[in-house]
Amino acid sequence: MTINPEVSEINTSYEYGWSNPERYAVKAPKGLSREVVEMISKAKDEPQWMLDFRLKALDIFYSKPMPTWGADLSGLDLDEIYYYIKPEGMNARSWDDVPDDVKKTFERLGIPEAERAALAGVGAQYESEMVYHNLKEEWEKLGVVFLSIEDGLRQYPDLFREHFATIIPPEDNKFAAINSAVWSGGSFVYVPKGVKVDIPLQTYFRINAESSGQFERTLIIVDEGAQAHYIEGCTAPAYNSDSFHSGVIEIVVKEGARFRYSTIQNWSHNVYNLVTQRAAVYGNGVMEWVDGNLGSKVTMKYPACYLLEEGARGEVLSIAMAGRGQHQDAGAKIVHFAPYTSGTIVSKSISKDSGRSSYRGLVKIYEGARGSKTNVECDALLLDEEARTDTYPYIEIEEKDASVGHEATVSKINDEQILYLQSRGLSEDEAAGLIVRGFIEPIAKELPLEYAVELNRLIELEMEGSVG
Amino acid sequence: MTNQPHQLEIRNLHASVGDQPILKGINLTVPRGELHAVMGPNGNGKSTLAKVIVGDPEYTVTEGEVLVDGVNILEMEPDERARLGVFLAFQYPVEIPGVTIANFLRLAMQARKAEGEEVSFTEFYGKLQSALKTLEWDESIVERYLNEGFSGGEKKRNEILQMLMLDPNYIIMDETDSGLDVDALKIVARGVNSMRGPNLGGLIITHYQRLLDYIVPDKVHIIVDGRVVQSGGPELAKKLDTEGYDWVKQLAVAGA
Ligand SMILES: Nc1ncnc2c1ncn2[C@@H]1O[C@H](COP(=O)(O)OP(=O)(O)O)[C@@H](O)[C@H]1O
Ligand SMILES: [Mg+2]
Repeated sequence: MTINPEVSEINTSYEYGWSNPERYAVKAPKGLSREVVEMISKAKDEPQWMLDFRLKALDIFYSKPMPTWGADLSGLDLDEIYYYIKPEGMNARSWDDVPDDVKKTFERLGIPEAERAALAGVGAQYESEMVYHNLKEEWEKLGVVFLSIEDGLRQYPDLFREHFATIIPPEDNKFAAINSAVWSGGSFVYVPKGVKVDIPLQTYFRINAESSGQFERTLIIVDEGAQAHYIEGCTAPAYNSDSFHSGVIEIVVKEGARFRYSTIQNWSHNVYNLVTQRAAVYGNGVMEWVDGNLGSKVTMKYPACYLLEEGARGEVLSIAMAGRGQHQDAGAKIVHFAPYTSGTIVSKSISKDSGRSSYRGLVKIYEGARGSKTNVECDALLLDEEARTDTYPYIEIEEKDASVGHEATVSKINDEQILYLQSRGLSEDEAAGLIVRGFIEPIAKELPLEYAVELNRLIELEMEGSVG
Repeated sequence: MTNQPHQLEIRNLHASVGDQPILKGINLTVPRGELHAVMGPNGNGKSTLAKVIVGDPEYTVTEGEVLVDGVNILEMEPDERARLGVFLAFQYPVEIPGVTIANFLRLAMQARKAEGEEVSFTEFYGKLQSALKTLEWDESIVERYLNEGFSGGEKKRNEILQMLMLDPNYIIMDETDSGLDVDALKIVARGVNSMRGPNLGGLIITHYQRLLDYIVPDKVHIIVDGRVVQSGGPELAKKLDTEGYDWVKQLAVAGA
């Protein structure tokens, strides 16, 4: 392996870049094969239908070409990835039962404190498996289910099978197919009718081993009139060879339900992050994606809302920050299938050095979706001359009585703004940081306070020394 | 340092944009305790002077000095100058979306503190209350984003709010009166007058006598074509008001 000095350099500011020695119960051989898929299924002791599903997905994966319409994926060598690594000691319900080095990892990431403080439930995934899942008793009593996806399959086989892969089938795209073949870990959530979980559930994903892949699969069902908020965070060590994260997140928002899924993605700058996430929203239901993409080498991620019944509403708020060597190809999809459905997309990106951020969004209104409407606003902020941003809006309207608004702005940090703030005593860096914080404020204010603070802190870290 | 004069002194200041000279040898001294009016026709370098004093990198100083309490500030970053107590109320305050006035004011106050010292809530809130009262402004204003969507008058009032909060030693007000109705003008003047005293010096750039009816200057200077062409007492401003600027333009021609 050659050490790439540029990669080491960009990772110096990444505070989560440490790693633990590797100790694993199972580590599949490198690369993707039928054997690896069978090994995963066997390790999980799955029903036959799931193994069949995985193998079919593997064929679909092989049959699909790598997408070339988005970010440059030529550096991603799928044969160099470890697809399944099972850590020792899994799925504990108490932090005490989590193996020491893994526990320390999550302690350094602040997860147990966060759970004590302000969360309804916490999950933690280390490599391929959930090492911890816990839901506070009060929610369990109300029938809320928050489990690892494997436990979901075991304990709720019917509910699981009714929804699994119905929203994102393996045929959807090459990365959904690879996930379907080798998925491991992720959450299974069910919120019963009318139950309102008013503090967030959170899952934290950590990749530790070099050249490894994480393929979590999350299935969330929010029943009629229920409400919940789910947050995910993620980090990985800053190795010199690339890692690969390809999650699939399926969400069902039933009639009158309301669900928010927030992500603070802070992978190290050697991770290819190619995620498919989609929500099916029924009558008068509301789905909100709040998506912060700060880390990774390449991200391709377009949270989607399929508005299936009258009155359904979808919102995607996203922030991307791209620094040297990063490409954030992020956006949203809102698809209107039914009348009087509505959507909002607000996308904000910040690019600096040679970083590149792209907004790629699809708004589709099918014939018959009368009175439907989506507004798209994308704002890009460029911090220097080298930075780059592009917008790829795809708008397809088949219904006459429907409308899509699209507004895009590109701005640079303005010298007059810097002078104004400096003339009040802020240093140049503080001034630039404040302007950037203000730029993302409309989205940060949608996050719970601790997460907004974390988001700002991460952005400040990325900003250090970026002006002047 | 103790025997340095407490004054803002501008010595033979020359400045240009690109290779176009704008200031052509400005000389001015304002001791603390005095407010001087700076007048003159449009496009003659008044705003340029203000921006050079606060350190706008758009302008290049080619000659001369600006001394604050005896210290030449021309090599300093704008924020260092601010921490020395220099404050400019901008002619065109910029909008900073997403940053609330409250948050900004707290950061700006914090920036003046010594390492390890925090702006306390009582200090901040007490000061804010009294400043808002002086400006007849409702507290809800501080939750708005800095200048975003503000009317011209609100922007100007916001400059004075910052001035009151930051306690500068030297203020420069660049046409703070333009675009204000009489009521707003009185409020702004009240804000400035509330700070007046032996520790405050400054320049009040204006076209009109109007503002000077409420903030009576100690001296008046007229700038034409990048130079001070005449200085005098408050009566000079009144003369400009009645006779217009034509005669001072003649002075510039004569002096050149
Ligand atoms: N940033 C700039 N770029 C180009 N020309 C400038 C700039 N700033 C000022 N000037 C020019 O300098 C002259 C003086 O401008 P200014 O100082 O704004 O005048 P005043 O404030 O007296 O109206 C004008 O001719 C103006 O066009
Ligand atoms: Mg001017």
